[in-house]
Amino acid sequence: MSSIERFANPTRFMRLQTAVQPWVWMITLALFSVGLFLGLTRAPADYQQGETVRIMYVHVPAAWSALMVYTVMAVASIVGIVFRHPLADIAAKAAAPIGAAFCFLALATGSLWGKPMWGTWWVWDARLTSMFVLLLLYLGYMAIWQAIDDPRRASRIAAIVAIVGFINVPIVKFSVDWWYSLHQPASVFRTDGPTIHPSILTPLLIMGLAYSFLFLALHLVAIRSEIGARRIRQTELARTGALQ
Amino acid sequence: MLVLRGPNGAGKTSLLRLIAGLAEPAGGTLAFEEASLPADTLLGEHVHFIAHQDAIKLHLSVEENLSFWSGFFGGGDVAGAMTAMNLDALGQFQAQRLSAGQKRRLGLARLALVEKPVWLLDEPTVGLDTASQKLLAKMMTRHLDGGGIIIASTHIDLPVKSSDVLDFARLADRAG
Amino acid sequence: MRSAFTSVVVRDFSLAIRQGGSIGTAIGFFLTVIVLLPLGLGPDQQLLQRIAPGALWIALLLSVLLSADRLYQTDHDDGSLEIMALSSTPLEVVVLAKASVHWLTSGLPLAIAAPVFGFLLNLDAALIVPLGIAMVTGSLALSLLASLGAAITVGLRQGGLLVSLLVLPLYVPVMIFGVLASSGAQSGIDNSGTALIILVAIVLAALVVTPFASAAALRSYMR
Repeated sequence: MSSIERFANPTRFMRLQTAVQPWVWMITLALFSVGLFLGLTRAPADYQQGETVRIMYVHVPAAWSALMVYTVMAVASIVGIVFRHPLADIAAKAAAPIGAAFCFLALATGSLWGKPMWGTWWVWDARLTSMFVLLLLYLGYMAIWQAIDDPRRASRIAAIVAIVGFINVPIVKFSVDWWYSLHQPASVFRTDGPTIHPSILTPLLIMGLAYSFLFLALHLVAIRSEIGARRIRQTELARTGALQ
Repeated sequence: MLVLRGPNGAGKTSLLRLIAGLAEPAGGTLAFEEASLPADTLLGEHVHFIAHQDAIKLHLSVEENLSFWSGFFGGGDVAGAMTAMNLDALGQFQAQRLSAGQKRRLGLARLALVEKPVWLLDEPTVGLDTASQKLLAKMMTRHLDGGGIIIASTHIDLPVKSSDVLDFARLADRAG
Repeated sequence: MRSAFTSVVVRDFSLAIRQGGSIGTAIGFFLTVIVLLPLGLGPDQQLLQRIAPGALWIALLLSVLLSADRLYQTDHDDGSLEIMALSSTPLEVVVLAKASVHWLTSGLPLAIAAPVFGFLLNLDAALIVPLGIAMVTGSLALSLLASLGAAITVGLRQGGLLVSLLVLPLYVPVMIFGVLASSGAQSGIDNSGTALIILVAIVLAALVVTPFASAAALRSYMR
């Protein structure tokens, strides 16, 4: 893997990204507009929770996205380790803060949602607890990148952390569900009951798609800036003569 | 035997680590016994690697340290190794009681534990007095006479005649 | 390969005994966590009894985690790790050997001591044995995962904090099923048998994941 090879793909990526980026932003904006409009105005209110149930249209897709982004991170890490594709570990690193933000958003909106119903700012139920652990997984992943200076070494260690964490996610979900089913029969959020009315489902799915495109938009930007940062580092190392 | 010479930071250690398989090459091929090795192979089991560190445990005795490596390599001549580096009298002492030179000898004694065709030595004579350097020279000569390879990096003259010298300083001049 | 495994076990065991004191420190840490509980929550015996199993588990897993923190440090620093990596023995075998010794010298003793110290939290006497069984079983997973954390963070600054952030999410399932398995017949429905089986499954999963992930991490630190 010569030095030239390492940067041919990123250059192609940069060109692609510049062309595609504005379109992605536009689609994102469109989807959010439609989704929020439908969710906040057209969809029915809950007979118990009233209008506050509308937070669901922000909370639920955010939770889905947090999980999806972690999956993207894990897959990118595997690709990085197995195929040594130069962009793979950059993609994984760039995705993490975005996923963590979605995760935090899910938790924050979850908290806001619970307050009118339960009177407390936080409730430990299975869903929120699993989300909380997911946030910790994100933080740990980002901390590893921070802690190791050499990007090549960092990418390998981070990949291991991502993959082990990814294996852990379903196990945590399983164990947390089990735990709370014993301690707390009712869940705070009853969004996926046996039947979801299409007028609720449609805005939900649109918002889910909107979040995905938002992730794509932010991810492309983040990858671009990470490539830039690496190029600066390479140049500096070449100048000091300490090229690795 | 190939000697690597050059100033600090020239890349002598990196080259040795690369050959051993502890570092990743950016390109090129490594050939051993006329067969080209795939890019990621560790020459590993065919190599004795002496780094700057001695790879000894301070709370184990000299003999215990060598017994460990002997067991780890699947069998080795502990007594012979101790004699080769003149450590017989120190056998029962914990490594933390040894002087720096004695610790270095203990690290080098690993070379005599088990036969491996390739020796990669990174500044092997550092910390050794003249008598110990002679012991090292004897080990190295015996290895070379037996058909072994040695690649060694050094600042000073090694007590064994080398067939080739790779001078990193000259390489840098030519490249630069 | 078996010779290499045995050599590492014997060496690490000898070092653990010679350098001594580490299990004492670990138990000391364990007791420090325990003493904070009545200080933070009040000495109400009924309250302490209710939280005792969970609290003992938390103290146990923190103690095991922190005692493994520098597991690979000396081998990394004195160059032994590199020499071991260069041999024909897979690094995974070395990982298993070191993790086993850590369990024998730290994890297991702590798991046995914890229920014994349960009386400090007014632990229901009927729970001592189930707690012990669950903890001894779970401590194997705790030691393995802690050693994985140590391999991932060899030589990094902020070691203890970083390793905790990485490993505690992995401990969540262990603790949940560990506590469930410790309850004996406390709640109406006896889940503890099932929980123990799941705990064993988690231990086996850790047994598989730890060597490969640890070895991969250690190799990254050497290249």
